[in-house]
Amino acid sequence: MTAYLTSLRAIVLREALRFIHQRERFVAALVRPLVWLLVFAAGFRAALGLSIIPPYQTYITYETYIVPGLCGMILLFNGMQSSLSLVYDREMGSMKLLLTSPLPRWWLLFCKLLGSTTISILQVYAFLAIAAAFDIKMPVWGYLTVLPALIVAGLMLGALGLLLSSFIKQLENFAGVMNFVIFPMFFLSSALYPLWKMAESSELLHDICAFNPFTHAVELIRFALYVEVNGAALAWTVLAATVFAAAALVGYDPARTRIGRRG
Amino acid sequence: MNGLEAQDLSYFYGTKRALDNVSFSVPTGTFCALLGPNGGGKSTLFNLLTRLFVAPDGQITIAGHDLRKSPRAALAQLGIVFQQTTLDLDLTVQQNLSYFAALHGLSGRAAQCRIESALDQLDMRERAGEKARALNGGHRRRTEIARALLHDPSVLLLDEPTVGLDAATRASITDYAHGLAEDGKTILWATHLTDEVQPNDDLIILHQARILETGKAQDIAGDMSLQDRFLALTGTVA
Repeated sequence: MTAYLTSLRAIVLREALRFIHQRERFVAALVRPLVWLLVFAAGFRAALGLSIIPPYQTYITYETYIVPGLCGMILLFNGMQSSLSLVYDREMGSMKLLLTSPLPRWWLLFCKLLGSTTISILQVYAFLAIAAAFDIKMPVWGYLTVLPALIVAGLMLGALGLLLSSFIKQLENFAGVMNFVIFPMFFLSSALYPLWKMAESSELLHDICAFNPFTHAVELIRFALYVEVNGAALAWTVLAATVFAAAALVGYDPARTRIGRRG
Repeated sequence: MNGLEAQDLSYFYGTKRALDNVSFSVPTGTFCALLGPNGGGKSTLFNLLTRLFVAPDGQITIAGHDLRKSPRAALAQLGIVFQQTTLDLDLTVQQNLSYFAALHGLSGRAAQCRIESALDQLDMRERAGEKARALNGGHRRRTEIARALLHDPSVLLLDEPTVGLDAATRASITDYAHGLAEDGKTILWATHLTDEVQPNDDLIILHQARILETGKAQDIAGDMSLQDRFLALTGTVA
């Protein structure tokens, strides 16, 4: 096995072990979307009328509509969680260990990204299984075809987390990420309501939602769950992932960063 | 000279000068103490030597490899013990070392042989299965040193590795590092404690971003104790 694959395996395994040791994180990651699905959606089912829009072939319940958005929510929160753990790693010293390894920095950061995305996807599948147990089911093949969409969306949101971690100086600043990144990204998207509904309220908000990469990640997942490809959403998500990853690489460039400054 | 060389290193945080034209060399198989008060520039220098920062000017050579031109070859020859712990406290000593070995491309039997050998050297073999969280401060430091030696580097950097340890453990770890130099490794040991420096050690005194003295510790101390000499040079409490 080459040094690249050896390091990839070790970094992904470490992320997995770290996740296993934080069971409460797993529970929290599942409880959050399940509360939205089983409580919020039940309450709003009556209030929100949904027309038939692609990829749906018929009228659907609101619970069915928000499942892709909640999959996106898991990926989004995990992306930010991994950003938090990167800042923590930096304060503790283990980030220094990673960055002083004799492998290209882009590769090491990619391994980190892949590790956190893998953990996120496992949580999404756990969520989909619980949703299915409550009779909120997707087409059978959709559970398979959604995997590449989850990978692309997970990498995009993980890259955003990586980018944020290169700019967040201290753990204490992380609350700002919640207020200024997670909530706007989630609410200004098609996760909870279709964009045409948003357009009825405000064209400006609709345009912001349409620009938000998270909207496209959700739509990519939504179509993939119904064994369809949304080309525009795919292109937009891949583009956002590329931009975030490139900016994160600049953020972690040793000639520009202050990664080792603390200590 | 294949040990460690730094030439004309300067570094600024904004307008604040952290290092001012620092140059030194540590020959192969030498224990060199980098002595300086807190805030003197030691950590910045370590960040440059480990490529966590890149200095705009100057040159760093590690075991003959230019850190700017061939960073991977240079880092492969470098073992680093950071001030902070790098261990994942929820993992065992063995798991932590396996992770680090993998970061250097070592896996399987080759990695296991290195891990066992490093743990043997540090008398830590019987603790391989313990979680890092269960180790005391001294054992954690030993694990860190074992980790830094896993890939058999020719140059070892230790950034205040005895912080927070009792006197006996400090002495034991300091003696061990001196032994490594006798075995041919190049050691740069940053500290602000003069009692960790032996008379025959090479010594660099770094203060307010500049090198004040370089040479053999006993020559720099002259007819004073090193502690008094250091105080006289820096005007600070060591």
